[in-house]
Amino acid sequence: MEAETMTKAKYLDQPSERITGCEAIVRSLIAEGVDILYGYPGGAIMPVYDELYKYRNEIHHVLTRHEQGAAHAAQGFARISGRVGVAMATSGPGATNLITGIADAQIDSTPLVCITGQVPSHLLGSDAFQETDIVGISTPVTKWNHQVTKASEIPEVLAKAFYIAKSGRPGPVLIDITKDAQFGELDFKYEKCTGVRSYIPVPKINTESVKAAAELINAAKKPMIVWGQGVILGEAEAELKAVIEKADIPAAWTIMGASALPTSHPLNIGMVGMHGNYAPNKLTNECDVLIAIGMRFDDRVTGDLSTYAKQAKVIHFEIDPAEINKNVYADVAVLGNSKDSLAQLLPLLNENSHDSWHQEFKDLYAIEFEKVIKNDIHPTKEGLTMGEVLNEINIQSEGNAAIVSDVGQHQMIACRYSKFNKTKSNITSGGLGTMGFALPAAIGAKMAAPNREVVAIIGDGGYQMNIQELGTIFQQKAAVKIVVLNNEFLGMVRQWQQLFFDKRYASTEMTNPNFVAIAEGYYIKARKVVKREELAEAVKEMIESKESYFLEVCVEKEDNVFPMIPSGASVSDVRLS
Amino acid sequence: MNEEIKTLTISIYTENNIGLLNRISAIFQRRHINIESLTTSKSEIEGVNRFVVVVNITESQAKKIIGQFEKQIEVIRAYYHTDEETIYQESGMFKIKSDLLFEEPQIQNIIKESNARIVTVNKEFFVLEKSGRRQEIELLWRELNAFGIMQFVRSGRISVTKEPMKITEMLQAFNNQ
Repeated sequence: MEAETMTKAKYLDQPSERITGCEAIVRSLIAEGVDILYGYPGGAIMPVYDELYKYRNEIHHVLTRHEQGAAHAAQGFARISGRVGVAMATSGPGATNLITGIADAQIDSTPLVCITGQVPSHLLGSDAFQETDIVGISTPVTKWNHQVTKASEIPEVLAKAFYIAKSGRPGPVLIDITKDAQFGELDFKYEKCTGVRSYIPVPKINTESVKAAAELINAAKKPMIVWGQGVILGEAEAELKAVIEKADIPAAWTIMGASALPTSHPLNIGMVGMHGNYAPNKLTNECDVLIAIGMRFDDRVTGDLSTYAKQAKVIHFEIDPAEINKNVYADVAVLGNSKDSLAQLLPLLNENSHDSWHQEFKDLYAIEFEKVIKNDIHPTKEGLTMGEVLNEINIQSEGNAAIVSDVGQHQMIACRYSKFNKTKSNITSGGLGTMGFALPAAIGAKMAAPNREVVAIIGDGGYQMNIQELGTIFQQKAAVKIVVLNNEFLGMVRQWQQLFFDKRYASTEMTNPNFVAIAEGYYIKARKVVKREELAEAVKEMIESKESYFLEVCVEKEDNVFPMIPSGASVSDVRLS
Repeated sequence: MNEEIKTLTISIYTENNIGLLNRISAIFQRRHINIESLTTSKSEIEGVNRFVVVVNITESQAKKIIGQFEKQIEVIRAYYHTDEETIYQESGMFKIKSDLLFEEPQIQNIIKESNARIVTVNKEFFVLEKSGRRQEIELLWRELNAFGIMQFVRSGRISVTKEPMKITEMLQAFNNQ
């Protein structure tokens, strides 16, 4: 209490400064440690851009080529760094163009603060030029949103925005600021937000439930862990590793959880879900205790709920109380931050070994390897496969690259076959499945972590959804490596058409442009590979490049991704062909 | 698995902010839950609003949407209760031609028996107000409708719970942190 009062007194001693709302916005961002933001100017946000010009040595504004690109770039920034990504846009179309990225961030729990300009408050509701009710539109896809109409509200609202975006289960926050609030004046003082009375970011851990969880795990003969992004967001990678090693538990991941544990870890048994690995999917329905950590039992993970892990006792470690019993009933629910709850669990666990249980995973892996993996990564047929491209990237990057994937077949292949040594290395649109995500997200990721190798893996469809961001890559000199796996189809939809719609390929075939020429048009070094013999050398050249590099690989047109749990089927019915 | 659909009263304590109604109604809308009635007013605590929403859903649905309400930043706490756990009322207003008071002597009996209150009377019309359970208001409506109702309106349910709701304590705990 003493220290608290001291700080407050010290703070009150600080003289406040009379500045404009728009300067207060930029100064608030700087006070939150923002040094990069992504956006696009326009009428209603111009006063803020004028301030960004003045503060350009302290805060770098990245002009994307579309506001959707700005939102995804901010997501990529947040996902690789764990920091809050910031996107800015003008009112009306600028603001609505952010929405897809915001919805993506909401469902994938990505901390974003989006700032939009708004028409002057006296024009609100008058259908003014570029007026749109962005607070109304963004409500269902934001963790919090707010419209500011007075300059004096700006520091407090932005402080609250950053606090809400980052704390607890992270998510996107949108702050809409009218032009008169930007022009208005205020006495500026910035104080970080430390709490909101109606909001409990992290529920208290109930030690009784931790004990109950430990008892179930200690008694289990066939325990299995499925972890999700909660481990990454909670920075609980070390705790997860310690838990699985001590209790000798096979651990699988959702695509949002990928890379929290190195791919090479012997207890890492792969990915669950629709295109996940055979063993963890099948054995979900054989385990006796299923330990879910920071995951939300998405339908792409569980398949048919009525036949999902019915034999198992379920333990759910989760930060968000609304996820408990939402899809799968939890026999034991441990609310709290994954790092703290796993740390409390660890000393209660017995050292254990489950050799015969591990053997079941190994046996099923051998089947999957024979029927699927071998042909994916070491194909003998003439056409190139997506899997061998990923394999080559693993070899050349030595598993140190951050892989930013788009949505579709290539995404599933990227998640299945990427080798990850480091956490926060799998950046993809998991929940929303947003085609067009990867190219701008890779820009944000590269700028947040310039020393990391960032490789975007994109299909020929998704690439063309935000292809304009090549302009951003060029202007920013962002050394993003772009791999387009071109099968001249919207591959995943085509796969479903083949399997479930009698091969009626309705609007999935693509007549593509000269991608190399387009990249070269943006002065990005580009290469196209059509033969297996050229692949290794081309990937090597790409990885070795100090600058951005575009690599198009023409892959087999009608390959399918397996294993596959058909939509609505049980995890037990995972198909290998 | 076929759970019983019940009439449940959802109480949501919130900060008094623009836009919250939107957030709350969106949670119902997304799940195709029809709102039977919705009332919002200030609560027993200064600066804290209370939504009272009546819906017909199963208890497991109710548990899930309570989680969704509480997840909203400006929602302090949300609860659901069955009819047995609450004390609740609605209010109906009837505008009726004044002539009928004299032409149809039965109306005076109806008013007396229903415990309805006369809010105002003038030459043209009089206004009756009836508070109580939905059925009582409906009954009065049927009785009066035989003679002709110029206007009718019924409020949403207002309700208090038999059990205490510890909102003040929760807010106190936050302030003492």
